[in-house]
Amino acid sequence: MTARRTSWPGTELRADDLVLGRVTSTKFRPDARYAWSAGEAMSRFLEELQRGRLIARTCKGCDRILFPPRMFCELCFRPTDAWTYVLDTGTIETYSISYLDTNAKRISVPILVGVVSLDGASPTMGLMHYFGEMTPEDLRIGMRVKAVWRPPEERRGSVLDLAYFRPLREGEA
Amino acid sequence: MRKVAVIGAGMTLFRRRLQETPKELCYEAARMALDSAGLDLNDVDAVVSGSAPDAFDGVHMKGEYFLDGCGGVRKPYMRVFTGGGTGVFSTIAGWWHVASGLADVALVVNEEKMSSCQPHPQSVFAHIWDPILDRPLQPNLIWIFAMEMNRYMTVHKIKKEDIARVAVKNKRNAVAHPCAQLADPDITIEDVLRSEVMAWPVQRLDISPPSDGAAAVVLASEDVVRKRRIKDRAWISGVGWCIDSTMWTDRDLVFPEYVARAAKMAYKMAKIDRPRKQIDFAEPYDPFDYKELHHLEGLLLADKGQAPRLTREGVTARDGDLPVCPSGGLMGVGNPIAATLGIKVGELYWQLTGQAGKRQIPHEVRTGVTQAWGDLMQYGCVVVMRA
Repeated sequence: MTARRTSWPGTELRADDLVLGRVTSTKFRPDARYAWSAGEAMSRFLEELQRGRLIARTCKGCDRILFPPRMFCELCFRPTDAWTYVLDTGTIETYSISYLDTNAKRISVPILVGVVSLDGASPTMGLMHYFGEMTPEDLRIGMRVKAVWRPPEERRGSVLDLAYFRPLREGEA
Repeated sequence: MRKVAVIGAGMTLFRRRLQETPKELCYEAARMALDSAGLDLNDVDAVVSGSAPDAFDGVHMKGEYFLDGCGGVRKPYMRVFTGGGTGVFSTIAGWWHVASGLADVALVVNEEKMSSCQPHPQSVFAHIWDPILDRPLQPNLIWIFAMEMNRYMTVHKIKKEDIARVAVKNKRNAVAHPCAQLADPDITIEDVLRSEVMAWPVQRLDISPPSDGAAAVVLASEDVVRKRRIKDRAWISGVGWCIDSTMWTDRDLVFPEYVARAAKMAYKMAKIDRPRKQIDFAEPYDPFDYKELHHLEGLLLADKGQAPRLTREGVTARDGDLPVCPSGGLMGVGNPIAATLGIKVGELYWQLTGQAGKRQIPHEVRTGVTQAWGDLMQYGCVVVMRA
């Protein structure tokens, strides 16, 4: 702001001015519902999740194994070439310990969440998911983890068919 | 391309809630910018507005909704939107109107009213996530910043206190800003480190607040500046912008490559080949304290992992060798997303024309850079300005 002015527009309201009707206001609550078709790559991806498997697409143009899978390569800008499975083990690239839920409400038991790069996919390629069977203190970047799948009858063709990632145990591939 | 100058700027207070409507906020900022340039709406050939997701205001066609307040009626008018990047990007859109010769004078007006969304704007941030891959996990937007911050801290072995130092610097700088929402002359590193943990490693005082506000700048061609003998002008000498894939779980978050590409584009235009030597001060986007550091590295003003050292050694203080966020930034002045125009491009203008008053950098500055960042940690835009 320029030092040549001594006043600035804007009238501050307090938190409950709107709620208690201290200022004239109007309200609206939208009722918006959506249904998304998953498309070619994501449909196969979700079907494979329901079978407890993670699938990727290969691109011969850049020699990458693309996860999550897509039908075209965004760098080579050509169709991808083939389906290939990647492993359900991987490495924690980063994580957070969240005391906020999706609406920014405070929660006492934190959500452990992060990005896992998957074995078999190109470097750093992975997905965001929860962590379980560990404490916040156990979590660290570089930690090796393995997917825990929901029982087959509970799977719905969703990223939630994979319940969470747990620490990879000694001797496990 | 023609030379383009910023010849006026204006902004409203930044506050958690303002009574004025989006239209009224736009009008106040635009009128102030025109007054400071000594122009009237008749002198304006084209108008560009900027605003972030419609869901905050709760009105789709937001650009059309507040058009009257932007001075866009019966003129070539457009709204741009590049997420958080809108704060700087709308000036780039205004610049191309004038640089191309299509307009001699362009008015740029940015607005954000996050308080209308009840009870907290966080609930509509949920709508930016991928509906198949991300939304079933019920994410909170702060998660991704926490994950980026953690990756940056861990890879470079940066201490939390060296990040908190940025929050302290900017909230203290903001004391000298008359529009500031969260200025604090007494804040300490311990205050930041002791504040509520929201999503580790992000704590309450690591984050800028949601805000209402508007800001505007007036851009003019060299001809207009000369004919009207406008003395308070700062030249736009370089612009750049770049975006990476929305598939953010596929890239290493440790370095914002897209910011570096945008910076290189702007520096090339501005004939800058040694940014650290040729740039006198910076207003990078700082919605979180770690983002200032991350962006200084993306802007090639610090080596990778070295930005915290600059803060610790006082280099980025207002009286340091490379003042950073002398305005007080988003951390101190507030974060009405697109309206941060007033503390980014606006601050460069006020500093370069010697109007910053108590915020004025005590030594002479001739070249400044500003930058904004948005979408799913994928978008960067950069403007270089000279006195």
